[in-house]
Amino acid sequence: MHIDYLVRMANDIGAFFASEQDQGVAAASIRQHIQKFWDPRMRSRIIGYYNDTGGMDLEGPVRTAVQQLAEQTAAKA
Amino acid sequence: MHALDYIDPGTPAVPRPADGAVKQVTVEIDGFTVTVPDGTSIMRAASLLGNQIPKLCATSSLKAFGSCRLCLVEIEGRKGYPASCTTTVADGMKIRTQSEKLGQLRNNVLELYLSDHPSEAECRSSNNRCELHEMAAAAGVTESRYALPAVDGVPAGCNHQHSEKDDSNPYFVFNQDACIVCSRCVRACDEVQGTFALTIEGRGFGSKVSASQSESFLESECVSCGACVEACPTTALTEKSVLALGKAESAVATTCAYCGVGCTFKAEMKGEQVIRMVPYRDGHANHGHACVKGRFAYGYATHADRITKPMIRSKITDPWREVSWDEAISYAASEFKRIQAQYGPDSVGGITSSRCTNEETFLVQKLVRAAFGNNNVDTCARVCHSPTGYGLKNTLGESAGTQEFDSVMFTDVIMLIGANPTEGHPVFASQMKRRLRQGAKLIIIDPRQIKLVRSPHIEADYHLQLKPGTNVALMNSIAHVIVTEGLAHGEYITDRCEAESWEKWKAFVSDPKNSPEAMEAVTGVPAMAVRGAARMYGSAPNGAIYYGLGVTEHSQGTTMVMAIANLAMATGNLGRVGVGVNPLRGQNNVQGSCDMGSFPHEFSGYRHVSDDAVRATFEAQWGVPLQSEPGLRIPNMFEAALDGSFRAVYIQGEDIAQSDPNTTHVTSALSAMECVVVQDLFLNETAKFAHVFFPGSSFLEKNGTFTNAERRIGRVRKVMQPLGGYEDWEVTVLLSKALGYPMDYTHPSQIMDEIALLTPTFTGVNYQKLDKLGSIQWPCNEAAPAGTPTMHIGQFVRGKGKFWVTDYVPTREKSTSRFPLLLTTGRILTQYNVGAQTRRTHNVVWHDEDRLEIHPHDADVRGILDGDWVGIASRAGETVLRAEVTDRVQPGVVYTTFHFPESGANVVTTDNSDWATNCPEYKVTAVQVVKVNQPSEWQKRYRELTERNTRIRRRAGVHA
Repeated sequence: MHIDYLVRMANDIGAFFASEQDQGVAAASIRQHIQKFWDPRMRSRIIGYYNDTGGMDLEGPVRTAVQQLAEQTAAKA
Repeated sequence: MHALDYIDPGTPAVPRPADGAVKQVTVEIDGFTVTVPDGTSIMRAASLLGNQIPKLCATSSLKAFGSCRLCLVEIEGRKGYPASCTTTVADGMKIRTQSEKLGQLRNNVLELYLSDHPSEAECRSSNNRCELHEMAAAAGVTESRYALPAVDGVPAGCNHQHSEKDDSNPYFVFNQDACIVCSRCVRACDEVQGTFALTIEGRGFGSKVSASQSESFLESECVSCGACVEACPTTALTEKSVLALGKAESAVATTCAYCGVGCTFKAEMKGEQVIRMVPYRDGHANHGHACVKGRFAYGYATHADRITKPMIRSKITDPWREVSWDEAISYAASEFKRIQAQYGPDSVGGITSSRCTNEETFLVQKLVRAAFGNNNVDTCARVCHSPTGYGLKNTLGESAGTQEFDSVMFTDVIMLIGANPTEGHPVFASQMKRRLRQGAKLIIIDPRQIKLVRSPHIEADYHLQLKPGTNVALMNSIAHVIVTEGLAHGEYITDRCEAESWEKWKAFVSDPKNSPEAMEAVTGVPAMAVRGAARMYGSAPNGAIYYGLGVTEHSQGTTMVMAIANLAMATGNLGRVGVGVNPLRGQNNVQGSCDMGSFPHEFSGYRHVSDDAVRATFEAQWGVPLQSEPGLRIPNMFEAALDGSFRAVYIQGEDIAQSDPNTTHVTSALSAMECVVVQDLFLNETAKFAHVFFPGSSFLEKNGTFTNAERRIGRVRKVMQPLGGYEDWEVTVLLSKALGYPMDYTHPSQIMDEIALLTPTFTGVNYQKLDKLGSIQWPCNEAAPAGTPTMHIGQFVRGKGKFWVTDYVPTREKSTSRFPLLLTTGRILTQYNVGAQTRRTHNVVWHDEDRLEIHPHDADVRGILDGDWVGIASRAGETVLRAEVTDRVQPGVVYTTFHFPESGANVVTTDNSDWATNCPEYKVTAVQVVKVNQPSEWQKRYRELTERNTRIRRRAGVHA
């Protein structure tokens, strides 16, 4: 799946939570949204992207959110 | 004429007040006593006793008129012979409906009418009923003392016979000869439909019914809703289908398969042939009204284009091959199995449709979850109202509108956002217009000048004509005024909403950056108008918000739905009659298809697949383990198809190749798949990329239920055998069996029983109760056995209402020097959605092509004249349409409908989508428009593709 498409979607979710001043809450909300609504292949693709690049195009708390997803997946494996 | 089995009580029921309390009055009629609500007419009270007083100008859908003088009665202690339609009951009244004198008076009236009316035989030859002849027969009047002398068979003297018939309308004929000038048609056009197209022209003996200014019906302002035809007591207005096909023998109540209003109709039948569709006066959503689509445009159901034989092909460039059902089903099943074996269990999925019944969508999602063993199921609500589900669930706790349609009759201020009800939801629009004529205020938020901004007897108090894509900015500035000017409802908020979320939201909207003045540059709406509108809504005793796809189909669609819910909570406008948040659903079963668990992340009743307890109930019932991870949404399916991880899809009743945005992208994705199964009435656009075609069944050919925009579940009843041999749910059952997961249903009522068993908001729903009550609004369970017209009474479904901060995030889609205009899309009354149904009816008389509306200024600088061919280019693609130069759109904005596939409106729309739900941003596309003299490259390719991919190799001797 095209990574640009997924990065854009993730950043769109991040934009909604941009007004959340607590970055921790924002990151958790974004992570939960991705967990609840993204099919596993989409999640694993963006986690792969994060692992490969450090998630350079993910904005602000979106990167933290994907980092948390990556950590969760690594912990499960 | 009304439905053949309807007993007309003559005058309307007394309106029910919001608190339901009505004084009762007891009267005696011909010695029998009856108790009725105060304000009831004598005629209606008598009818309730089974005593039908003769009448001609009275009918239950219209206010009493008192002109025909046939319904006269005697009242003890009163002088004269008052008309029973205009005289209301009073306690202790003693009424006589029959006496020698009354008989003489009535007979005289009948003789006068008959003197200038076609004979009974002539009236009968129309196949329609004539109440005048029926009344005369009942009274024993067979001849008229005033009959015209005939000279050589032609009536002599002044009369209205042998006039020219007006058959300009494709669906009905007006025959002046049979008109008794009772004004029922004129009043229906005014009171019921609210178009005011008809009038009585002239005076005295010269009075006659006239459409607009003595125009033909087709050329007049008439919108062909059929209200006049339904109201006419004689054969003067008769459906052409009745004239052509004869008298109906039976009437079956069913639910319309067009828009989300979900009108109840009586399908009048002769054997398996539909003679006409008549709106049912006891229908809870429509109260006897209809529109040109539901009333007349059902001919598609028997159109020659219907595909009635299953077909398969191995490549989409091959011609279709007609095969038996067995072969088609086993081929599809073997392909799904092969692909899953080769590419993994998650490489296949299904798409359910808002045009199919609840039972059908429930089965398709069951097949995907249980037989495919994944959650890759989505529905076309993805591309229309998915933000409604998400936004309302997170703020109020339930993914549905909060009211019933009738609630609008108690509304003081209507805020209408991004919806065009006179075109998209015409029957509800008529009810809304009725309330507006009674004096309710109207605020319209729309980039375009829709009809309700100014139409006969209606003028919006505010039209906030914002720039496309700035809904959230405008809503925040309205909320700013409400909060900073002290219009918020403190007590309500304290009682019913989460305090922390309120404080956070209050601080957010109070920020001067959200003031109307600060947002004016963004929205283009003058700050004073925003303040005025906000004050009007904020101070209304009952304020109600109605909205459509102009809210949801944006990159911030969900944010906007939340902003709407925030505003309604802040002003205390939820939880009683007359208020609420009311999404107007596009297709007939958008609400239902969402309720039935068609979304990839949730089961029926909006419960997430990761919820172990919920999943366990489904696993126990279905006998298979189910996945706890969400599946792919429709746009994700396309992306996955392009990367090779999604290879096969079962699509029931959807046309994604026409209705989804960025057509080129969609068709590339479909072309990359190995097995696309389409189940539809017609070889639609998606079928051009399909490998298996299952013939679908129309709403006339199957049993089931639809759920309309007010959560109202209504029965769909089979009136003819499916042309393809199976009802749609039966095909899903066959496919599931072939996949190795047998389903054991013999009737859709059993599917509804399973839905009720598994879904807490449906536990009280069953076919028996639907037959008894006519329709039911969910939630229907132990707590609400007869259903729930108004939601959130006392408290919100989620407990405390939650405010969400809704920061305005501009869409990426901006006008630039390359693409300087913003394209937005919408609908027109006579066509429906992708047009597959309505394009195959006479409705093309009104709208036979999509046009691009462009402001005179923008047209002028481009040298574009009305009717010119223009190219519309966006970063996604290019198409060509004819221009309509009009100031309905503002400078900088262009608009089109999307009912014709060759228009390619979605070739130019982009893959921008809502952040929460992936609902596409149809409503904002940056484009350039130039004058051209040939079709676009896409349109040329489209024609070639249509030619190549729709060939059918018929089996010898078989005619589909």
